[in-house]
Amino acid sequence: MSTVSLTVNGKPVSADVESRTLLVDFLRETLGLTGTHVGCDTSQCGACVVHVDGTSIKSCAMLAAEVAGSAVTTVEGLASNGTLHPIQEAFREHHGLQCGYCTPGMMMSGVDLIAQNADPDEQEIREWLEGNLCRCTGYHNIVAAIKSAAATMGGAS
Amino acid sequence: MNDTGIGAALRRKEDARFITGRGRFTDDINRPGQAYAFIVRSPEAHAELGAIDTTDAESAPGVVAVFTGADLAADEVGGLPCGWQIHSKNGTPMVEPPHPALAQGRVRHVGDPVALVVAETKAEARAAAGLVDVDYRPLPPAANLVQARADGAPLVWDDAAGNLCYDWELGDAAATDAAFEGADHVVTLELTNSRLIPNAIEPRAAIGEYDPSADMHTLYTTSQNPHVIRLLMGAFVLGIPEHKLRVVSPDVGGGFGSKIFHYAEEVLMTWAAKKVGRPVKWTAERSESFMSDAHGRDHVTTAALALDAEGAFLGLRVKTDANLGAYLSTFGPAVPTYLYATLFAGCYTTPAIYANVKGVFTNTVPVDAYRGAGRPEAVFVLERLVDKAAKMLGMDRVEIRRKNFIQPDQFPYQTPVALEYDVGDYEGTLDTALELADWGGFPGRREEAASRGKLRGIGLSTFVEACGLAPSAVAGALGARAGLFEVGQVRVHPTGSVTVFTGTHSHGQGHETTFAQIVSDRLGVSADQVEVVHGDTGSVPFGMGTYGSRSLAVGGSAIYNAVEKVIEKGTKIAAHLMEASPEDVTFENGSFSVVGTDKSVALGDVALTAYVPHNYPEGLEPGLEETAFYDPKNFTFPAGAHVVEVEIDPETGVVELVNVCAADDVGTIVNPMIVEGQMHGGLAQGIGQALLEECIYDDEGQLVTGSYMNYTMPRAADLPYFKTGHNITACTHNPLGAKGVGEVGSIGVPPAVINAVVDALSDYGVDHMNMPATSERVWRIINGAGG
Amino acid sequence: MREASDGKFLAGGQSLIPLLKLGMASPDRVVSITGIAELSGIERSGDAVVIGAGATHADVASSDVVREAIPALGALAAAIGDPQVRNRGTLGGSVAHADPAADYPAALVALGATVVTDRREMPAEEFFVGMFDTPLESDELITTVRFPVPEQAAYVKFRNPASKYAIAGVMVARSNGSVRVAVTGVAGSVFRATQMEEALANDFSAAALDGVGVGDVDALSDVEASAEYRLHLAGVMARRAVEACG
Repeated sequence: MSTVSLTVNGKPVSADVESRTLLVDFLRETLGLTGTHVGCDTSQCGACVVHVDGTSIKSCAMLAAEVAGSAVTTVEGLASNGTLHPIQEAFREHHGLQCGYCTPGMMMSGVDLIAQNADPDEQEIREWLEGNLCRCTGYHNIVAAIKSAAATMGGAS
Repeated sequence: MNDTGIGAALRRKEDARFITGRGRFTDDINRPGQAYAFIVRSPEAHAELGAIDTTDAESAPGVVAVFTGADLAADEVGGLPCGWQIHSKNGTPMVEPPHPALAQGRVRHVGDPVALVVAETKAEARAAAGLVDVDYRPLPPAANLVQARADGAPLVWDDAAGNLCYDWELGDAAATDAAFEGADHVVTLELTNSRLIPNAIEPRAAIGEYDPSADMHTLYTTSQNPHVIRLLMGAFVLGIPEHKLRVVSPDVGGGFGSKIFHYAEEVLMTWAAKKVGRPVKWTAERSESFMSDAHGRDHVTTAALALDAEGAFLGLRVKTDANLGAYLSTFGPAVPTYLYATLFAGCYTTPAIYANVKGVFTNTVPVDAYRGAGRPEAVFVLERLVDKAAKMLGMDRVEIRRKNFIQPDQFPYQTPVALEYDVGDYEGTLDTALELADWGGFPGRREEAASRGKLRGIGLSTFVEACGLAPSAVAGALGARAGLFEVGQVRVHPTGSVTVFTGTHSHGQGHETTFAQIVSDRLGVSADQVEVVHGDTGSVPFGMGTYGSRSLAVGGSAIYNAVEKVIEKGTKIAAHLMEASPEDVTFENGSFSVVGTDKSVALGDVALTAYVPHNYPEGLEPGLEETAFYDPKNFTFPAGAHVVEVEIDPETGVVELVNVCAADDVGTIVNPMIVEGQMHGGLAQGIGQALLEECIYDDEGQLVTGSYMNYTMPRAADLPYFKTGHNITACTHNPLGAKGVGEVGSIGVPPAVINAVVDALSDYGVDHMNMPATSERVWRIINGAGG
Repeated sequence: MREASDGKFLAGGQSLIPLLKLGMASPDRVVSITGIAELSGIERSGDAVVIGAGATHADVASSDVVREAIPALGALAAAIGDPQVRNRGTLGGSVAHADPAADYPAALVALGATVVTDRREMPAEEFFVGMFDTPLESDELITTVRFPVPEQAAYVKFRNPASKYAIAGVMVARSNGSVRVAVTGVAGSVFRATQMEEALANDFSAAALDGVGVGDVDALSDVEASAEYRLHLAGVMARRAVEACG
């Protein structure tokens, strides 16, 4: 057991965790942030993607102890003051989700892409989503949603 | 039409919770005092179970209890029932072996549950499970269809000789023989339909809970049909009457068939919760999903098509061995029989058809319905045969299909394999697809690709599927042990807003939006005034759930009929309020009016009157709430034409999809945005089967493709943008005209992909290849090494 | 760490944590080394680029130093795994793990890199001795890897469509008239294709590789690819890598 202090969705958090605790379990079980999902045990599906200090990572492949002192953002922290993030708006507008299970990871991954590449083309988006599996949408509308979000966020040339 | 009615591309109501991380999936739920379960599963494909020593596990930290099959037997817990009985062609019923929730006597596949560990935490349960000492005495396995059907094969069940569950037939053998005798050409094909693992991204999960004060059991489970689970588990396994068992399927993260079935873990959690006096939760790890979710497909088939000199189809003969796995899953026996062979007419006028299907036990995970369920297998057989026939006869692939299509004036059309198609326009749908794909421009594109050293091919499939399960009497006559109607309940509240209860279940399909649109359209209230409730036997009257593209055609029709009943009752109330005869009152756009007058009263006022019946028709019950049980008159018959274009890198064998076009006739479209999404998803899964996915067991029955490291799921970069089109003919026998869209992609596209690959490889003397067309298999064909 | 009988350093964790979860590794002690600043630098040092073991794949992919000196190495890093793996996975972690299908070993061997630990230096060819096997002591920590700057280099791989690891990955590097060709994914460990190197030394063109194989190696054969296909792909990737050297 050790005490981990960090910021989650802008709020300071401090909790005792076992050294083996995965970040995703810390978020879901300790903090009750169940928007971050677990879809596999080989770190490939991406349902658990969150941001640590602004970059997207798989929270199933990181220990809670490793995020001490960091700022973590989960899907619950995307909207601010009741206003949806453009990526959330875009996923709804473009029907980028069906069952909704992969959606948080997809959106968190998409936000990181747009941060790095303000105007990604279709191929860049598809390649970026290498680490995110969706079984419902065939990715068509996810790609369209991320492209649209990038445009909304001001990147489109 | 109002702007939230039928035909509107309304944005989904349910999205609000999913995009903010507030979906409520089973694993998101935690009950007070909850313990955690971990299941010890067999590492052996086939073994006698010797002693199971639980001593060390029981004394491990945090362990609450450890249970084995003996504990279930002592409590007289029943086995998992099968929902469909098939009879062999000689009239004998299928071999129906027991299916205990924890193995007893023998284990029969890798992943077979052997013991249940309940502990304070998941980690403690998992750790203790490793301490359960099981004496497995390995037996030789029947690991696949070929092994299982070989002479002297090990028997999965001692009373299933030759590992046969049934030897079933459909169609007219004599007429088919005669057709072949008189034929000018006979085209034959041997093929497999590859085994798949459904892989909804949400792993299965279950929480059992027992309230002794009310003697009430509650099961939270990742199910596509909570009422079916309540019925099967309550009546056949645990002996709990319906009024003491509540089954809740909250948000479910994809199903694709794999979450229809009644699984052992549902029994174990419900039973264990009462045993240990605490809620007990189990969530599958993905590696468990691979070895415990029902798999799909897995056929070995020999087929032959007889044609006359001009290319007209005269007869079709199909023999299939279908892998059922080690146990019969809920609908397993029905999938390769009534959901498969009944589709062999396809969209063609073939007059004589005979199919013989052997259901085979193997030491593998049970096989059951996976998106398409029997129909993709049938369409793959037909559409590969048709392409091969065109090649053999030197006919154009489009023309041979046109020549054999059932024409619009032939409907209703009785096929030789039990189905009566109500309506369709196959040629119109084909034309839509060919236009989307610029079929005519292909030769130029092939030439251009060749200049880049690439092999380009184009492929086509035209198909019919049977959806809208099902007319209960018909299904019953074919062996179904349940009705297949659906229930809709419409509650108009005193102020005019509406709650709809449906027995179907949405796990991605967007019912909360689509069904609200039906109500909006008919009642004239905005869709945001309509709440759709599903997934809880505690609030929904009854239901058969969501599978087989049935939700709109059957569930939507039930809601439609319930709305009609509301209008009928409302008309009486309105007539009373307006002092008119009910016969003179019409309802439109949310208002009741007296014909030929300017008198009208809004639905909201009628609703209020129904709940505040001070001035009210004599003899009429207060309230405005109606329930409809809708039993369809026939199946529905969505149809489509899919065109796929590929480019192959001859150096590596990699197949790149360059164009995927799907034109479908799904009947009335309520929400075009959702319909497109359903088509996309089905296409992706069909393409997955055609190019990437394959479940492989080795000869020892070990699951080789047991994780995402080697079971290839389609990813974004594997797929292009899809082009979709429609050519709608409304279903003639349900009030919405709906047919179903959930499965068209996975049914229609696999043969189109393979037909395109075979076309691209036409210079290499290949006329068939099995799925998946992996790069190595394609490379082997190009290098003459065999596919 | 020295007290642990079976300790593991945890770098980015993109291989180790999944193994821990699946119970395929159960060290008695795990020491995290992320965030140690001394381990994460990337700098040009004479004729070499020296990269700290803690540099993530994303760091390497986006490094101006790498992009300018050894663009092939940046491109290799940019195509490892997926973006989230690249954000966490590190050079040192990947090298120490010595996965036979990992990308970095091909770069280290083809470029003639030196693995620097807290106690010694080892040429890459002596470092990758087998499948998941290196000469590292259990308490020995990689600190940097020193990559000599080549005249030309390119890495081309054929990915397993499921795991995204290399089924055949080939780095071709040319320096001072000599050519080195390193192949990953094909055998139990990265290896040099010396026959290809000789052919390319005489004639640095894709055509020079016609009929030249990767040599007599014990190629892996499994459900993902047969040995025959792996060996074939290695040849195709090698030719494409030569072409990419332009």
